[in-house]
Amino acid sequence: MKEIRFHGRGGQGAVTAAELIAIAAFEDKKYSQAFPAFGVERRGAPVMAFARIADEPIRIRSQIYEPDYVIVQDVTLLDVVDLASGLKPEGKIIINTDKSAKDLLLKTKAEIVTIDATRIALEKLGRPIVNTTMLGAFCGATGEVSLESINKAILGRFSGALGEKNLDAIKTAYKGVSR
Amino acid sequence: MRRVVEGSYAIADAVRCCSPDVVSVYPITPQTHIVEHLSEFVADGKLDCEYINVESEFSSLSSLIGASVAGARTYTSTTSQGLALMFEVLYNVSGMRLPIVMTTVNRSLSAPLSIWNDQQDSLGVRDSGWIQIYAENVQEAIDLTPMLYKISEDPQILTPSMVCMDGFILTHVYEPVDFLDEEMVREFLPPYRPEHILDPENPKTFGAFADPSWFTEFKYLQYQAMERSREKIAEVTREFEEVFGRGYGGLIDTYAMDDAEIALVTMGSIVGTVKEAIDDLRSEGVKVGLVKIRSYRPFPGDELKRALKDASVIASIEKDISMGYEGALLTDLKGAFYNSSIRTPIIGFAVGLGGRDIGIKHVRAMVERASRVLDAGIESEFEIFDVKPECL
Repeated sequence: MKEIRFHGRGGQGAVTAAELIAIAAFEDKKYSQAFPAFGVERRGAPVMAFARIADEPIRIRSQIYEPDYVIVQDVTLLDVVDLASGLKPEGKIIINTDKSAKDLLLKTKAEIVTIDATRIALEKLGRPIVNTTMLGAFCGATGEVSLESINKAILGRFSGALGEKNLDAIKTAYKGVSR
Repeated sequence: MRRVVEGSYAIADAVRCCSPDVVSVYPITPQTHIVEHLSEFVADGKLDCEYINVESEFSSLSSLIGASVAGARTYTSTTSQGLALMFEVLYNVSGMRLPIVMTTVNRSLSAPLSIWNDQQDSLGVRDSGWIQIYAENVQEAIDLTPMLYKISEDPQILTPSMVCMDGFILTHVYEPVDFLDEEMVREFLPPYRPEHILDPENPKTFGAFADPSWFTEFKYLQYQAMERSREKIAEVTREFEEVFGRGYGGLIDTYAMDDAEIALVTMGSIVGTVKEAIDDLRSEGVKVGLVKIRSYRPFPGDELKRALKDASVIASIEKDISMGYEGALLTDLKGAFYNSSIRTPIIGFAVGLGGRDIGIKHVRAMVERASRVLDAGIESEFEIFDVKPECL
């Protein structure tokens, strides 16, 4: 089972991102689960969401404390939240930033993947909403879900031109982190 | 059809498949997306029913009394303070023998103000004459919806029922679920055709005044119907499995109970996490098993005795406290054994209050505590688990 923790701020769509990963993993014929860290939602406040992907039905319902992957939508959370808390050393943390990994001064043994998702989102979507762009980065950096399934999940949520723009942003981020 | 959807949406769709004639809800906090999706179904023409927005939970259930007594299949959903506000009406519904089905989304009761999950709300109305069945996951909550209509509407039962599902943990989770097929539900659950309804052509009185010479008899008949529901719950659960291919045991279900020395007893969404913990512990050689309580009312005393008779120690895990005594489930569990020859030590834990997260490490700690009873006897019969040291 792979466990993913999302960090964002209220209104940035962290919960939607977790849901879309769960839908994409299901498209990949896997079992999945996504849920928010339940709270009183306030725009701008730090929020978390969680997703699990597995080959077997998922029974556990606790929050995720030792994630395989962490996705950070907003780099300003670095000063507010212990983003790498519990992250497995062999895991990855994917951060939306225009800085390089070593400039972030993040204490973790896990690999730090950086992507300037805000720039990509502004360019492709015309708005600094990075949740879908970060899914492209997750997909490229981890391979835990296929790009086809992410795209399918996106089109299930956003129709028409908005859907296509999101796919473009996702593809750019995917290529930006793929090696 | 299997899809990944939010738990609340899945429940709304299950309700839609049961074709209620009247849905009456208070749409404002505390409420869930269940009723929001139902109102969308009605607006989109996917559900043909009378959908009533009322000004309080007291009114939502009261208006369903009127609808149900006129012969309608009825539905509502609420949670926490909303259920508390219904308290008086709950007894009216069960006393009038109306087969209303409600999804009770389990959330804590204020104060302090908390919007998160525990089961204090439904445990607090356990004596109100409603059947209460607790769902482990979204799929079970879906499947319970037509099952409970079938049980409640049976002429031999005519008792209202609650699908109890943990708030947020199940209502807000996205996970793959099998949707019910509307046609199959229609076959499984025939239309509600009550023998007695309000009808101007054939006037009757419901919920009438009963003086002391008759009140006891009403309660006796109500009690007997609840007793009959035991067999009905088991029967409908089997029937559901035959038609839909998903089985749930009966009033209880068991997990890894063969040769279990330490037996955990719990209900609701924590069951999944407990099963994971049991798999871990079993791989380490710890003989631990689980009895999952599905039906809390009627309480499965005989089933529990049979399932737990060979255990060396029993520990209940519950999300409520009966202030002034202990956990309500613990009391019920001990009561089931008292007049039997089984003298197994029973302890209990209150956990997950007001949304406190319960992980595998917590379950392991409770199993450790239970195993200590085997060596040292009972040191503490009831414990509020995971309290911060500064409060101890």
